[in-house]
Amino acid sequence: MKLTRRRRQRLARSAGYVVFALVILAVVAAADWGTLSEAFFRLDVARSMFPEAITVALRNTVFYTLMAFAFGLALGLVLALMRLSSVLPYRWFATAYIELFRGLPALLVLFMVGYGVPLAFPDREIPGGVYGSVTLGLGITAAAYMAETIRAGIQAVPKGQLEAARTLGMSHTRAMISIILPQAFRIVIPPLTNEIILLTKDTSLVYVLGVTSTTIELTKFAGDALNTRVNPTPLVVAGLLYLVITLPLGQVVRYLERRAARER
Amino acid sequence: MSTIEISNLHKSFAKLDVLRGIDLSVGTGEVVCVIGPSGSGKSTLLRCVNLLEQPTSGTVRVGDVEVTDPDCDIDGVRRRIGMVFQQFNLFGHLTVRENVTIAQRRVLKRSRAEADRIALLNLERVGLADKAGSYPAQLSGGQQQRVAIARALAMDPQLMLFDEPTSALDPELVGEVLAVMRGLAAEGMTMLVVTHEMAFAREVASRVVFMDGGVVVEQGPPAEVFGNPREDRTKTFLHRVLEPTSVSESEIGAHLSE
Ligand SMILES: Nc1ncnc2c1ncn2[C@@H]1O[C@H](COP(=O)(O)OP(=O)(O)OP(=O)(O)O)[C@@H](O)[C@H]1O
Ligand SMILES: [Mg+2]
Repeated sequence: MKLTRRRRQRLARSAGYVVFALVILAVVAAADWGTLSEAFFRLDVARSMFPEAITVALRNTVFYTLMAFAFGLALGLVLALMRLSSVLPYRWFATAYIELFRGLPALLVLFMVGYGVPLAFPDREIPGGVYGSVTLGLGITAAAYMAETIRAGIQAVPKGQLEAARTLGMSHTRAMISIILPQAFRIVIPPLTNEIILLTKDTSLVYVLGVTSTTIELTKFAGDALNTRVNPTPLVVAGLLYLVITLPLGQVVRYLERRAARER
Repeated sequence: MSTIEISNLHKSFAKLDVLRGIDLSVGTGEVVCVIGPSGSGKSTLLRCVNLLEQPTSGTVRVGDVEVTDPDCDIDGVRRRIGMVFQQFNLFGHLTVRENVTIAQRRVLKRSRAEADRIALLNLERVGLADKAGSYPAQLSGGQQQRVAIARALAMDPQLMLFDEPTSALDPELVGEVLAVMRGLAAEGMTMLVVTHEMAFAREVASRVVFMDGGVVVEQGPPAEVFGNPREDRTKTFLHRVLEPTSVSESEIGAHLSE
């Protein structure tokens, strides 16, 4: 039998599948399943985490994410507009801010907000307690990323849109509000949704601010349960609960991107 | 009385002198068509009239306002100058009706009912009243351009600027846009039109202006400019545009603008 191009392709692909299956099988066979399920899938341990895992930990994780996102979005929009402004000091400030906070680890910024700010302003308190600190601590970093995303979105709106708006007698500000920003936001919804996913995961850093039983979020909650039960099942539960948030968001991003591609 | 009065207008981008001393006036009710080769500065001239480009020197008056005066209220002047672009530039996130009402409401502060009424009136004028609820992406190029004209007309402009309004259209859609413009001209609208549609210029223009290399080379009634051009550059241009299939190989090298 002669090896045509199609036959050769088929052969190579089958060989690939066989190797892949063998590797998986080898790993599965080598693992100690009895001990594993005893460690990670103990139903009684999992059950003991509820309902607090949802009513407190998941709720706080979602809440922290939304607060930080809202703060980051508002500040990010201001920074994006400053970055595009014709006023030089505004541009400098926005650029410096973005470069600085994109370059710092979120954990470090959280520490600074949690411990640095109270030292710097001893007579004042960040409003909202832990919630306020988390909003600031995560939002400051998120704003830097979102500013760049929003700037790119604004610049992706064709120049003719602004010209048409100005030609109709709209001021620059009015044209921004009524014409440019609505179209820019349509463009940046998929990347911003990605930003929510990243923020959701970053809320796992919040424990460094010292959380109580009412302000606890998923990762710390699972860590505590791990310590008290001396069993890693809580990690699996927390992981699944994160996926409950992030998987649907990922689907939303994919849907929005597909829709945007169709409209173009 | 003239609606537009341009004198000694210069415009350069960095080192490139695009407009090199333009004098041009457009009288009330006049339809002036600007023709000329690509890159001759036609769009730039038009965009200097409503200050989408800042002239380097010279003056532009519209009505009794000098738009080149740094203290002039440019938003106020632009409100009275309609402009139609080659690429339509409809607002993609708004329906046809909203495209035509948004500036009426935000700039002229008309009530919603009043703005809707005037929008419908102008959409009827361009034959698109039934498309009020559609989005621009759902319309053909010709329909989009007619909406753009209605959007400009809804502001009750004193004059209209057109920058190659049919150049981005499929050939079979050019006619509907030109028909609307012909109607406007017949109603006495003052119009400054950059176009490559020579038949339209010949039929509708009160005056034709031929530009090349950033200057006005020749202007006059269409019968004269088309029928009996005085300048060689005008003759060469018209020959190339009106009989593109008869341009001989020996002419290709010789570029129009010196
Ligand atoms: N914003 C700009 N920056 C730099 N150069 C520009 C700019 N706008 C126009 N030009 C240049 O100015 C010259 C004249 O441009 P303009 O668009 O006015 O020509 P035109 O006569 O309208 O040509 P066309 O028929 O191709 O539209 C061109 O060489 C163009 O590259
Ligand atoms: Mg042009």
